[in-house]
Amino acid sequence: MLKTEQMVLNMGPQHPSTHGVLRLELELEGEVIINVKPHLGYLHRCFEKHCEAMTYPQIIPYVDRLDYLASMNNEMGYAIAVERLLDIKVPERVEYIRIIMAELQRIASHMVAVGTYGIDIGAFTPFLYLFRDRERILTLFEKTCGARLLYNYIWVGGLSHDLPINFVNETRDFLKDFKKTVIEVNNLLSYNKIFIERTANVGVLPVDSAINYGITGPNLRASGLKWDIRRNDPYSIYDRFDFEIPVGEGKHGQVGDCWDRYFLRVQEMVQSIRIIEQALDQLPEGEITSALPKRIKPVEGQIYSRVENPKGELGFFIVSKGQLQPFRVKVRPPSFINLSVLGELCKGHLIADVVAILGSIDIVLGEVDR
Amino acid sequence: MGLLDTEFSDDNIVITKVDDLLNWARLSSLWQMSFGLACCAIEMMATSASHYDFDRFGVIPRPSPRQADIIIISGTVTLKMATRIKRLYEQMPDPKYIISMGSCSNSGGPYWEHGYHVLKGVDRVIPVDVYVPGCPPRPEALLEGLLTLQEKIRNESLVKKAV
Ligand code: SF4
Repeated sequence: MLKTEQMVLNMGPQHPSTHGVLRLELELEGEVIINVKPHLGYLHRCFEKHCEAMTYPQIIPYVDRLDYLASMNNEMGYAIAVERLLDIKVPERVEYIRIIMAELQRIASHMVAVGTYGIDIGAFTPFLYLFRDRERILTLFEKTCGARLLYNYIWVGGLSHDLPINFVNETRDFLKDFKKTVIEVNNLLSYNKIFIERTANVGVLPVDSAINYGITGPNLRASGLKWDIRRNDPYSIYDRFDFEIPVGEGKHGQVGDCWDRYFLRVQEMVQSIRIIEQALDQLPEGEITSALPKRIKPVEGQIYSRVENPKGELGFFIVSKGQLQPFRVKVRPPSFINLSVLGELCKGHLIADVVAILGSIDIVLGEVDR
Repeated sequence: MGLLDTEFSDDNIVITKVDDLLNWARLSSLWQMSFGLACCAIEMMATSASHYDFDRFGVIPRPSPRQADIIIISGTVTLKMATRIKRLYEQMPDPKYIISMGSCSNSGGPYWEHGYHVLKGVDRVIPVDVYVPGCPPRPEALLEGLLTLQEKIRNESLVKKAV
């Protein structure tokens, strides 16, 4: 076979398609990728170091900033972990509000994933449509807690505020409109011939290597495994809702290709709509502050607790030595672990496909580097 | 220019100062380097997307520093990133401007105290023109920052700068 000279190409840290400050070292032979080495640490913000110095409630703002596209889910994961450590139960209403917020946030996060993925492939319009609707979710959040992006809303044992007046109706309005947007996006992007050509059969991730790499979340489900912590290890009150777990079917190519990973996010948004609608229907009246502890000081012990984030399994391992500050907080970041498979997915593909594959894994650098 | 077109029906001359013309041209098409660092970058994206529409101020994202007039430092600048930011800034052609967006790039923000890997203010490596406070700043705040920058450019003078 004809051998050409190997070349090393740097992609990032300033690159419009690396979704943040990731640097990829691509080893090329001609246009074909031989190896991909991700270089991390451009956004290392010392989360775990902060946790050693902060009290339990003070950590929540930093938890927000892990995966800044899904702050509500992060907060929920952290709050649940500390609540399990403290062994407290939160009121019904709090559980429902948390679920509504988490699922709204899941939609918002997938909107960014789907929208920016469109841009990566070269379609700008879906991004604008999705951001138009994302703005409405952010407005709902803002009315609830005053912040658009990083909320500090879900506290250990409760919430910072109750829902604002008219929240239920406004959310219903939004969901109604958003269903139309999903159809629009499907017509514009998902079933677009050019888009399918760029993504189908590209970066196929077989289910066994997905498991070996520890991939979770939409990326794992796109490979065909029905694994969702909301179902398999239910936390909060997810067992009360009726929703499906979409899996990749390989509609336009092999199971677990980029198109599957992309389309799974679209399907998940639809399922989130279902969950929110049920939660809004069942939302009980009541108190939200009754379980808020005055002082959070768990007894000695440790806990690992995980939740299903938009990106995958977010786990918190907390060690308590009976002080106001945790002794150690370790995060299991879904993005970081999902990123590890990039090299395997890219091998043998053309350089232009790296962008398509990286976008379909949907990483957030704040969480990769912490 | 839309206004001038309708003002004159025949060929005509407009008299203005060089400073005014240059400044007007510069401030109305500030091409931005599309460069997101952290959470603030998401708000920057929201600012350029449909609802807030950065484009109406002539701000168009460019992927390359060679084509950019303005760089918005949107997020936490780590020590590892600081040298890269400096290099990116040096690659931009003159005249170039910097907006520092968010507490992190203003001063280290939430990571000021324990962030052993966070630069305490991007102005330690590059000269900042406008600081936008907030964590993250609302899109309106970023727009205000841009308008402030435009005001600053409007008052620039080629002669004074040369002296
Ligand atoms: S200022 Fe706040 S929102 Fe902006 S990058 Fe820093 S932590 Fe994130």
